[in-house]
Amino acid sequence: MNIQTICRPLFSGKVAPREGTLPWGRHGEYDGLMYVYDQYDQTIVDERVAQFRDQTARFLTGQISDEAFLPLRLQNGLYVQRLAPMLRIAVPYGLMNSTQLRKLADISRDYDKGYAHISTRQNVQLNWPQLEEVPDILEELASVQMHAIQTSGNCIRNTTTDQFAGVAPDELDDPRPYCEIIRQWSTLHPEFAFLPRKFKIAVCGSRQDRAAIHNHDIGLDLVTDAENNLGLKVLVGGGLGRTPAIGAVIREWLHPTHLLTYLEAILRVYNQHGRRDNKYKARIKILVKAMGVPAFREAVEQEWRSLKNGPTTLTQQAIDHARSFFRAPDYAILDSEDARQDIQSRCMADPIFAQWFQSNTQAHRMPGYRIVTLSLKATGYAPGDITAEQMELVAELADRYAYGEIRSTHQQNLVLADVRMSLLYELWQELQPAGLATANIGFLTDMICCPGGDYCSLANAKSIPVAEAIQSRFDSLDYLYDLGPIELNISGCMNACGHHHIGHIGILGVDKKGQEFYQVSLGGSQSKDASLGKILGPSFKQEDMPDIIDTILCTYLSLRKAEESFLETYRRVGINPFKERVYAQNY
Amino acid sequence: MPKIIRRGVITADNRHGIDADAETTLPGQVCTLAQWLKLADKCGSAVQLEPGQPPAPLLEHLEDIELVVIHFPVLTDGRGFSYGRELRERGYLGELRASGHFIRDQLTYLVRCGFDAFQMADNTDLEAALLSLNDFSEHYQAAVDEPLPLFRRRQIAAS
Repeated sequence: MNIQTICRPLFSGKVAPREGTLPWGRHGEYDGLMYVYDQYDQTIVDERVAQFRDQTARFLTGQISDEAFLPLRLQNGLYVQRLAPMLRIAVPYGLMNSTQLRKLADISRDYDKGYAHISTRQNVQLNWPQLEEVPDILEELASVQMHAIQTSGNCIRNTTTDQFAGVAPDELDDPRPYCEIIRQWSTLHPEFAFLPRKFKIAVCGSRQDRAAIHNHDIGLDLVTDAENNLGLKVLVGGGLGRTPAIGAVIREWLHPTHLLTYLEAILRVYNQHGRRDNKYKARIKILVKAMGVPAFREAVEQEWRSLKNGPTTLTQQAIDHARSFFRAPDYAILDSEDARQDIQSRCMADPIFAQWFQSNTQAHRMPGYRIVTLSLKATGYAPGDITAEQMELVAELADRYAYGEIRSTHQQNLVLADVRMSLLYELWQELQPAGLATANIGFLTDMICCPGGDYCSLANAKSIPVAEAIQSRFDSLDYLYDLGPIELNISGCMNACGHHHIGHIGILGVDKKGQEFYQVSLGGSQSKDASLGKILGPSFKQEDMPDIIDTILCTYLSLRKAEESFLETYRRVGINPFKERVYAQNY
Repeated sequence: MPKIIRRGVITADNRHGIDADAETTLPGQVCTLAQWLKLADKCGSAVQLEPGQPPAPLLEHLEDIELVVIHFPVLTDGRGFSYGRELRERGYLGELRASGHFIRDQLTYLVRCGFDAFQMADNTDLEAALLSLNDFSEHYQAAVDEPLPLFRRRQIAAS
């Protein structure tokens, strides 16, 4: 072998298209709805499966040490957890088709216990796979254009975005083409596979931020400049975890063609200068703080000077190509007045449907359509869990009502983005018996919750039982609606997978001399007015948590003015009234 | 002499290895950065960079240097990937060698960052390690081994 065989030829036309994959430029069955692999994507994913199969075989025969196998399996989404390995499957920016969801149902049944979990990175997790079978699972995933690449490990993770991308009325531009461009660039990036720590990117294309871009290593916001040209605002150094931080703007406006070279410059600064001596200080937010925003910005700009206008500069054709996958389905031209009247009479006749319509459907940019959120937060079930039967039903309903497309959300629910208003009642009737129509989206019991101490070996405390206790205590929908929108987020440890810092009410599991306690914070927000929660005071026992939450909610109800939301009241009165009421009761 | 992989073949390493404590180095011997900085004549020189030693001081002498060794004390410290890529992007054409505790599963990434020689701490089965050079036949990104990113090559293929 010589250098020519190591270094690949410029145009590798050598890989014959696999049967069933599509040539360049054709989108196939899910036309216009989502990215579809061509032979290049398929080759990369197939070769990754073969590579991991070989790595697993070498590990099982003792040819790779535990220490060396660790980063290899993590970069394929495989954790070794408390009870079994956990496999995290990538759902790029939360977008799936019905074929993929059916495959996930099959996999959860064939290789696991018949259910899966939606994570706060819009991914899907299996809690009980066998290590020996993981290569087979990855092969099954590759057959439907899915993978588990870089869903954990110290590398660039799955890029996330607004679950209402492409259909939200407040959208400036569709973020998904940029997410796909970032997905391809970050997949198996040779320079950035062994970063100081994990690295998360989120993109927002709307006025309201539904992607929590202020709390990501890099947040990208689609904005226009003074001449109304579309570009990207670049935020760096946001994050949750032990040291929560709001991202700093390092560039107000970047032309989209420079997206990848600019990202590369940021990553290069981070890869070389991020701390590696202490994993709790290794995230980019610590580097940005240590250097100061102006110095960090200057380091990025300097690095960028050598990359700018290089081959990684996007072409307009490349952006248009990415866009062509997210055109929009073939919408019917509908009369919004007819649709409104139809829904109104349905709601009058059936108040339970009316509740669901109010809380679980959102305005759509097309007249006569709604966005539907399927709640995975039914009382008695772990938040974000979904059974194989439910996945199959959702796939079927997606085919019948929503062009075969499903989205996962970072609030751990599923979305059917394009449902005709005239079919909502019918859809709701099918969701109800399957436990997918809990009318609580955006309310207290639609909580974000990590797997916690029941599954995760990092956790200090359990989180699911706390979520369940709160869900059962506040099961009355009338009461939830009276409380109005409240985001309650629970993490089992300070790694903050449950995003407790940005919940209006945050709960963090802590370990106190071997006992599980819970710390409460108030006033976090993940919107464009992002803020981090403030700690209420000393932590509480698990059994006291429903009472504590009750006291906090009663305090809010007694203080709120007119239509004020929980967050608005909190911002007006501050933490003290809550503190006084909660600790007056001798917890 | 220890075996290394150079340009895809297993071969003997013919250089004098690094001696960090030596006051003076032999011609062609691998130097620490401090030793190398003191060399009056850098023609034909060989220098080893550790994590935390970016290649900036080398950039003025890229045509004189014959060998740059980038040391990976642990497999998870990825700074060397950026150092290698930067050297190649700035026009370094000599041997770029990774040494230390990386593993065969990292070889494709290293090749893509411009490394053409590998001195593995565990060199018991270099024949098997060579197989890992063929893990991937296709890539998304532009890198040292592939100057055009896939989006540009797709565009060319479609036109």
